[in-house]
Amino acid sequence: MFDSLTDRLQRVFKNLRGEGKISEANIGDTLEAVRLALLDADVHHAVVDQVVGDLRVKALGQEVMASLSPAEQVVKILRDELLEVLGRQTAKLNLKTSRPPAVILMAGLQGSGKTTTCAKLARMLRQQGHRPYLVSVDVYRPAAREQLALLAGQAETPVFAGAPASGDPTQAVLELARAARREAVNRGCDVLLVDTAGRLHLDDALMSEMRQLKELLAPNEILFVADAMTGQDAARSAGEFHRQLQFSGAVLTKMDGDSRGGAALSIHHVTGQPIKFLGSSERLDGLEVFHPDRIVGRILGMGDILTLIERAESAVDKQQAAELEKKLQSDAFSLEDFRDQLRQVRKLGPLDSLMKMMPKVGPFAALQGRGRPEVDEGQLTRIEAIINSMTAEERRRHQVINGSRRKRIARGSGTSVQEVNQLLKQYVQMRKMFKTFSASPFLRKRMMDMDLPGQELEAGG
Amino acid sequence: MIQTLFGPEKKAGFLERLQNKMAGAVEKTRASLVSRVDEILRGKTEISPETLRELETALIAADVGAATAREIIAHLRQAAAAEPHMDAETARQLLQNELIQCLKVAVPPVENAAPPRVIMLVGVNGAGKTTTLGKLTQRYRDEGKTVILCAADTFRAAAGEQLQAWAERTGTEMIHQKPGADPSAVIFDALTAAKARGTDCVLIDTAGRLHTKDNLMQELAKMRRTAGRVIAGAPHEIYLVLDATTGQNGLQQARQFTAAAGITGVIVTKLDGTARGGIVIAIARELKLPVCYAGVGEKLDDLIPFQAETFVHSLFGGTAAFL
Ligand SMILES: Nc1nc2c(ncn2[C@@H]2O[C@H](COP(=O)(O)OP(=O)(O)OP(=O)(O)O)[C@@H](O)[C@H]2O)c(=O)[nH]1
Ligand SMILES: [Mg+2]
Repeated sequence: MFDSLTDRLQRVFKNLRGEGKISEANIGDTLEAVRLALLDADVHHAVVDQVVGDLRVKALGQEVMASLSPAEQVVKILRDELLEVLGRQTAKLNLKTSRPPAVILMAGLQGSGKTTTCAKLARMLRQQGHRPYLVSVDVYRPAAREQLALLAGQAETPVFAGAPASGDPTQAVLELARAARREAVNRGCDVLLVDTAGRLHLDDALMSEMRQLKELLAPNEILFVADAMTGQDAARSAGEFHRQLQFSGAVLTKMDGDSRGGAALSIHHVTGQPIKFLGSSERLDGLEVFHPDRIVGRILGMGDILTLIERAESAVDKQQAAELEKKLQSDAFSLEDFRDQLRQVRKLGPLDSLMKMMPKVGPFAALQGRGRPEVDEGQLTRIEAIINSMTAEERRRHQVINGSRRKRIARGSGTSVQEVNQLLKQYVQMRKMFKTFSASPFLRKRMMDMDLPGQELEAGG
Repeated sequence: MIQTLFGPEKKAGFLERLQNKMAGAVEKTRASLVSRVDEILRGKTEISPETLRELETALIAADVGAATAREIIAHLRQAAAAEPHMDAETARQLLQNELIQCLKVAVPPVENAAPPRVIMLVGVNGAGKTTTLGKLTQRYRDEGKTVILCAADTFRAAAGEQLQAWAERTGTEMIHQKPGADPSAVIFDALTAAKARGTDCVLIDTAGRLHTKDNLMQELAKMRRTAGRVIAGAPHEIYLVLDATTGQNGLQQARQFTAAAGITGVIVTKLDGTARGGIVIAIARELKLPVCYAGVGEKLDDLIPFQAETFVHSLFGGTAAFL
């Protein structure tokens, strides 16, 4: 059902053979294709109308770029337009305070993912050298506080376990928050993460409780946690939470599903607040800093290939890219090149998240879900060691690596045969992936052409 | 369906309760529950293209989806073309009927199999499965049925404790194993016990899972097979629990869960919020899945049998223009 926008636009333009460029005559169909794609991506209809209106003006005024097809050109304008709406900055947490701990208060509807996000954030902060402390003030949902306590254990973060004395829920909530802060100070923790009960923005009593919490804790950050699968209501709920609480940022969860995440645009548009993080797994390491360009790619249905390429552009120099391109086409992408690529890729970020950025459709589907290779950073080091233990011939022609050679390589690199097997499997998959990559003229052009919006992005920040 | 099996609805009607809920919540900001559709149509003596466009937007705003909304409006457009001076009331009726038709899915009659009747709730993370299970338990208990709760969410932290709280609230026994246990094994235990004791129904809580995760979907298929091995024909009902705030992704959820687990019906939760849950129209229409219950709060009795007419009525409720 979810065709990529480029596919849809290509269909529109196919009917206009010969004409081949955007004009008053054909803009209607083009804009309608864009409108439907954005609505399917759950962008709020009022935001869609605005974007489509702006797109009309820009598309008509646009010089025809020889290097891009009309469909590609529309996608490019739209992409820039969406980035405009979303803001190009990657927002950071503000944890500065003269009176530690800095407080992060979570807020959101029921079931949006606050508790898991809390534990993920604690883990992330710990890795950054902070000393976080956790508390759940959800006295409503059964076993909510137990849930956070268990997750805190997994995140190796201390959690406030004390029970409230008060029978009145609001008093109990405030009491817990107060006691947890005191305890955080005693333990010398510098960040207090406060998990709250899910609530509807219509619920006056619970929203008032939230305001009291805010007043009591004077939080550095109030993060609105929203489900990436949210539809048109995202604008309303975010708008109401913001009106009543003035949150400082949002977290979009469950991004490991296949929703387009148009809610990100709605939330940002209505509140003006940045999306700060994305949740992308049930595991506690599944929290990523939000990159506007990545969600835009996802909304447009191109996965994050463009981001990948843009990031590749800044890390791989043009010469290398040209050589790689040649190799990919001639099928001479050796294990040695693979090792070089791995080194390049490590400059880009964790390989696992690069894999995750691939679209979940088409030729890339195999890289998702169960088939997707899970790679951690330590593993990358081992992969290098494995390749280093191969002979030059083996690196050039992986087919010769038989059972006994695998054993030798495993011994030489201090790894197991299983790991050698896995690497070879990944290598073969990667070859396949890059071949698909180079088979797409659009993507290849983007990869080779260095004067691309990705560059502007870096420079314009 | 269950409600026919276990007797008619005794509590206050769907619309009444939904409206009470909504009216209570919105009294301050939104004085009345004027329907958006009525507002668009008010005073119209002709159904113009602009009016049709506005109606389409109202459907989209309710998460019905652009494709479905366009088709529904296309039908209305045809009708309006055939009848140049269609009045607002006729147009409203046509639109409502069209939507109700989408939701009227023929449900195969329930065979009167010997108890226990096995009901499994599935859905994405945080949809409201456990809470709904608690509410369903209360309904059955009210009807004098004996119930066993099966804690087959062995994955999420404190999932067992959460279900235990509902078991205590409803005075029901819960069968569970250690966290991390094979969910199919818990199902095996629960069904075996229910069979031995002649319990009326078993309600199975499952871990939230995204429909994109193949391994988790296969786990679900296995749970279903296990149930069928202990009791022929079980699970008799597999409900997809769907959060009313869900956008267009809901359709994909319904497709994937149906493929893996054979969904028999949908329960839409959190209708007490401002989300209208229009995606169930697309789901019912495309997948021919009936919507069986609506969740309208977090308390034990906040679950009501779904009725298409009243749902469609409420679909356009709430008028605040917030953008
Ligand atoms: N307002 C409202 N909240 C609901 C409703 N149903 C469930 N909730 C709330 O939604 C949140 C999630 O509900 P759960 O029942 O834990 O959802 P779940 O699907 O079992 O979640 P996981 O097992 O974690 O995947 C809780 O805070 C519930 O109280 C409803 O109809 N209305
Ligand atoms: Mg649950």
